[in-house]
Amino acid sequence: MRYSGLKVIKEALTGHKGWRPTWRDPEPKKSYDVVIIGGGGHGLATAYYLAKNHNITNVAVIEKGWIGGGNVGRNTTIIRSNYLLDGNEPFYELSLKLWEGLEQDFNYNAMVSQRGILNLVHTDAQRDAARRRGNAMILNGSDAELLDTDGVRAMYPFLNFNNARFPIKGGLLHRRGGTVRHDAVAWGYARGADLRGVDIIQNCEVTGFKIENGKCLGVETTKGFIGANKVASCVAGSSSRVMEKAGMRLPIESHVLQAFVSEGLKPVLDGVITFGAGHFYCSQSDKGGLVFGGDLDMYNSYAQRGNLPVVEDVMEGGMALIPALGRVRMLRSWGGIMDMSMDGSPFIDKTHIDGLYFNGGWCYGGFKATPASGWCYAHLLATDTPHKVATAYRLDRFRKGLMIDEKGQGAQPNLH
Amino acid sequence: MIINHPILGPRDSQEFTYLGDASLIDRPDWQADNAADQFHDYLYLRDNPAGEHRELWFHEQGDRSWLVVTRNTVTHEILNVELARDVARARGRSK
Repeated sequence: MRYSGLKVIKEALTGHKGWRPTWRDPEPKKSYDVVIIGGGGHGLATAYYLAKNHNITNVAVIEKGWIGGGNVGRNTTIIRSNYLLDGNEPFYELSLKLWEGLEQDFNYNAMVSQRGILNLVHTDAQRDAARRRGNAMILNGSDAELLDTDGVRAMYPFLNFNNARFPIKGGLLHRRGGTVRHDAVAWGYARGADLRGVDIIQNCEVTGFKIENGKCLGVETTKGFIGANKVASCVAGSSSRVMEKAGMRLPIESHVLQAFVSEGLKPVLDGVITFGAGHFYCSQSDKGGLVFGGDLDMYNSYAQRGNLPVVEDVMEGGMALIPALGRVRMLRSWGGIMDMSMDGSPFIDKTHIDGLYFNGGWCYGGFKATPASGWCYAHLLATDTPHKVATAYRLDRFRKGLMIDEKGQGAQPNLH
Repeated sequence: MIINHPILGPRDSQEFTYLGDASLIDRPDWQADNAADQFHDYLYLRDNPAGEHRELWFHEQGDRSWLVVTRNTVTHEILNVELARDVARARGRSK
């Protein structure tokens, strides 16, 4: 179904009886050219770009629950292109450019809002690191501005500038960063893929792979066997559980990351702020709630909920940065399961099994990557060569010593 | 979460730092012919199960002992706590 202003007016005058389901609900066919496992943002974007860029439309997206019910519905909706390393920044810059044209591209209101992201710095060393990062961003076609204390004060006068331990010395401002209505991303891609003939099959769990002589022939599901020339796993958070069925062990641990929303407030915060001295970041949603998050719970988890010590830690970070938060009530919190990889960077690659492809390991950066992840995964599936901005996201990079470790933490997933 | 320390009794998990899968106790033999492959798997690959998981916790804010905690990663229920020293010795290590 296509939307237009005229259609909205017509439906308003006729009792909204003409709206139809946004995508079909088909039964699976016997086989497809490509079967994508996982109907989240990345899987749906992959299907959309397979159809749109490569004209491959005999495609199914298989989802265990309902589409958009996983991490694309459980994040803090931030988009940005402010990475340091060569293996990452061109990829995220492509993603941000795709975000900028996304709504026109798939004719769906995703509420892309480039309201700016400010990473605060609190020490001279942090300012040096911010300057270096900003230069790397600019070299890769992104934007960055280094602000001094007065520059930050002009934007956000309510921050605690004179915190004795962590005074605010400035910040790195990334004006093109911002927020997006996360659910609409899944729905927009789903509708776009469906319109081009992709079958979106919900409530269908993959229970195994059919692999013969080193070639993947399809997937066993709760709705029977579905054959495929190519099978593409795209289930970040549950990657280890799915790929285990193909006999693979991954360089990934699953961890829970919590996020929080306050009660609705009048507009107080028109951009995204990150605290540089603790784990806390904050933006304000269009409904008025402050959306904020912090660190992982630190232990392996598939629970989609965390524990209280991290809640306390995030609130302490918030109070250190914005003392006025003390008067705000927290409304709700949730947890999402992250594929935490061994170097903090993702994978978009073939596996050693012919016809089986893998996309995962997004750590807590999956949402912003959605368009480029789909774009590059579709490119890999269609051409069997990695897209030029995703050549570093290989599964064998640890064996070769080609890690992409933005924070230099080593093989300790919960520290990335 | 409350971790029932074998020596100190029930302690808040905030006193501990988390390392990861207890298989990190089983360091490969560096003189083996395929030592490079073994160390790659040891350092970088994980089973990452949904369900029971044996994992290493360090009592950093307490007696600084290493523990092997058996915990369900779906429910966060802690099923068993052992001293890592005992686990390592049971596997034939000297300490």
